[in-house]
Amino acid sequence: MTQCNHGLMQAFKLVKKVQENEKTTTMWLDGNLENATPGQYVMAWLPDVGEKPFSLHSATPLALTICAVGPVSRAITALNSGDTLWIRGPLGKGFSLTGKKHLLVGGGYGAAPLSYLADEALKRGDQVVTCLGAASAKDLMLIDELTRLGATVHVTTDDGSFGTQGLVTAVVLEQIETDKPDCLYACGPTGMLMALWDICQAHKIPVQLSFEALTRCGLGLCGACELDETLCARLGLPSGWLVCHDGPVARLNLQN
Amino acid sequence: MANLTVDFLGIKLNNPLVLASGVLGTSPAVMERCAREGVGAVTSKSAGTEARDGHANPVALAWQGGVINAIGLTNPGCHAELPILIETKKRLKPLGVPLFASIFAPRLEDFGEVARVIAEAEPDLIEVNISCPNVASDFGTPFSATAKSAAEVTREVRRAVKIPISVKLAPNVYNLGEIARAVVAEGADAITAINTVPGMLIDAYAARPVLKNTTGGLSGPTIKPVALRAVWEISQVVDVPIIGTGGISSGIDAAEMIMAGAALVGVGSALVNGGPAVFGKINTELQEFMRSQGYQDLESMRGLVHRRANDTV
Ligand SMILES: Cc1cc2nc3c(=O)[nH]c(=O)nc-3n(C[C@H](O)[C@H](O)[C@H](O)COP(=O)(O)OP(=O)(O)OC[C@H]3O[C@@H](n4cnc5c(N)ncnc54)[C@H](O)[C@@H]3O)c2cc1C
Ligand SMILES: Cc1cc2nc3c(=O)[nH]c(=O)nc-3n(C[C@H](O)[C@H](O)[C@H](O)COP(=O)(O)O)c2cc1C
Ligand code: FES
Repeated sequence: MTQCNHGLMQAFKLVKKVQENEKTTTMWLDGNLENATPGQYVMAWLPDVGEKPFSLHSATPLALTICAVGPVSRAITALNSGDTLWIRGPLGKGFSLTGKKHLLVGGGYGAAPLSYLADEALKRGDQVVTCLGAASAKDLMLIDELTRLGATVHVTTDDGSFGTQGLVTAVVLEQIETDKPDCLYACGPTGMLMALWDICQAHKIPVQLSFEALTRCGLGLCGACELDETLCARLGLPSGWLVCHDGPVARLNLQN
Repeated sequence: MANLTVDFLGIKLNNPLVLASGVLGTSPAVMERCAREGVGAVTSKSAGTEARDGHANPVALAWQGGVINAIGLTNPGCHAELPILIETKKRLKPLGVPLFASIFAPRLEDFGEVARVIAEAEPDLIEVNISCPNVASDFGTPFSATAKSAAEVTREVRRAVKIPISVKLAPNVYNLGEIARAVVAEGADAITAINTVPGMLIDAYAARPVLKNTTGGLSGPTIKPVALRAVWEISQVVDVPIIGTGGISSGIDAAEMIMAGAALVGVGSALVNGGPAVFGKINTELQEFMRSQGYQDLESMRGLVHRRANDTV
């Protein structure tokens, strides 16, 4: 890992790739990302290809879990051991562990930041339950890793090809009714996040939601990543909330 | 308490801080947020004839000296910008925060039309951006490069609208004073200085420029001395008020800019650390500085370096 001369870019070398599912790969890099918290993200740059945001799968050492969906994510996941990936970050605000019983929810590749969060919680001796949802068995990931860390893992798929058939929110509700968590943490599609918001409101559970948006500057300057104002209003966030700077995690745990 | 209010071309501002164009000027929500955080006036993102996506990532980086960006004038085009400005104006009005609308155009003959469209939103001021360094590949040499082209644009906009106009100049010319005189002669009511300073960052390990656009514009602390000199020079040759912009991130920076001759102080890159809350911070620091130094109001600081320089002659 090399600190480049301009502040935020660091050149990391790829050490190891772990295939998580058909399209998703965890890229383990050759150094630590200092001062990071779970839920924060980095901008990963490949010269001549582009730069995109990715959540931290791990900070010590740095690892990113990347789903190959377009030019940048495909090029990064096609790198080989010893190749270089440029990183600026950590950026944004991440999760903040609240209480002792944590319910983690991941939709699709939204599971990416959850093992880092689970690891931090389990190291404190806290209880971690994770609910993972995906369209199909081939889209699931990180079940083994989360289980190995010591988290309880529930799985749903839309088509029933693995775990319980249906939406992840159904399992989350069941979990809340059997053992109410101190806080719920989620990352995934906006529809899932808003459904979880409604559930947590109804059950009076603090909640931290990680949003995605088109990210350009990653510095809170350009305005590209503004969260839709109607969503802000529903969540009680100030309008003009910036995913790259105020988030990606909206900590809604202090609401009544 | 020192008085921070300003009368700028008959427009009342609660304090001299102006959100610089291109920084969070993209939607009513983000502009309202800056207003609530205590900015004196808001400038919208520059809008042109038609929608532009801007450049591809990487488009901006914070490095040790400040920020470098090549956003590439991302905007929805003036017709789509109009409802954004109308809504923004509606939200800013009860907060007592004026709206400055920034425009640009690819060709000289388009400036009047863009200005006319934007004027329908009745912004308090139209800022004419002729100095973006990041679109030369699309539009050629910026109009800010010569007194002649800067004056021609000013004339086009002046003919098109009655709203006060400020022309935004670039620092990388050797005849800034001459350019300033030329735009004022064509009817500019104010001057905004400066836009970003052309620059580039190279990653030695990649052996590549870092920005996708290769070059970009520097802003933030590193350009403060460039901005101070520009405002100092312009304020000696023209009588119109200046929106002094570049590298301002503290109350003392703002005081320096006012002493150089600025009427208002633009703030952009400082939002990198702490977001729009920076406006409250700068205002508090400016108050504190003025209190400690015995300045009652901004007028008593304005252009002070000129007066002092003249005293010693
Ligand atoms: C804060 C933040 C954290 C993120 N963390 C991660 C992460 O940990 N892992 C990860 O894989 N991605 C993550 N993303 C998404 C990622 O940054 C990009 O959206 C993705 O890599 C697309 O870049 P691209 O150039 O490869 O494709 P693009 O050309 O940008 O996208 C190709 C198409 O795929 C769509 N698309 C984008 N992402 C997905 C997806 N995951 N599944 C299906 N379609 C998609 C796009 O809308 C587009 O239509 C994160 C985004 C944000 C804002
Ligand atoms: C990300 C970014 C985007 C910008 N976009 C514009 C723009 O659209 N129009 C414009 O006139 N200036 C634009 N600028 C320049 C600023 O308005 C300002 O002149 C410059 O950044 C110097 O001020 P600062 O040091 O406070 O940032 C932009 C600057 C930045 C950092
Ligand atoms: S990506 Fe530019 S403000 Fe968030």
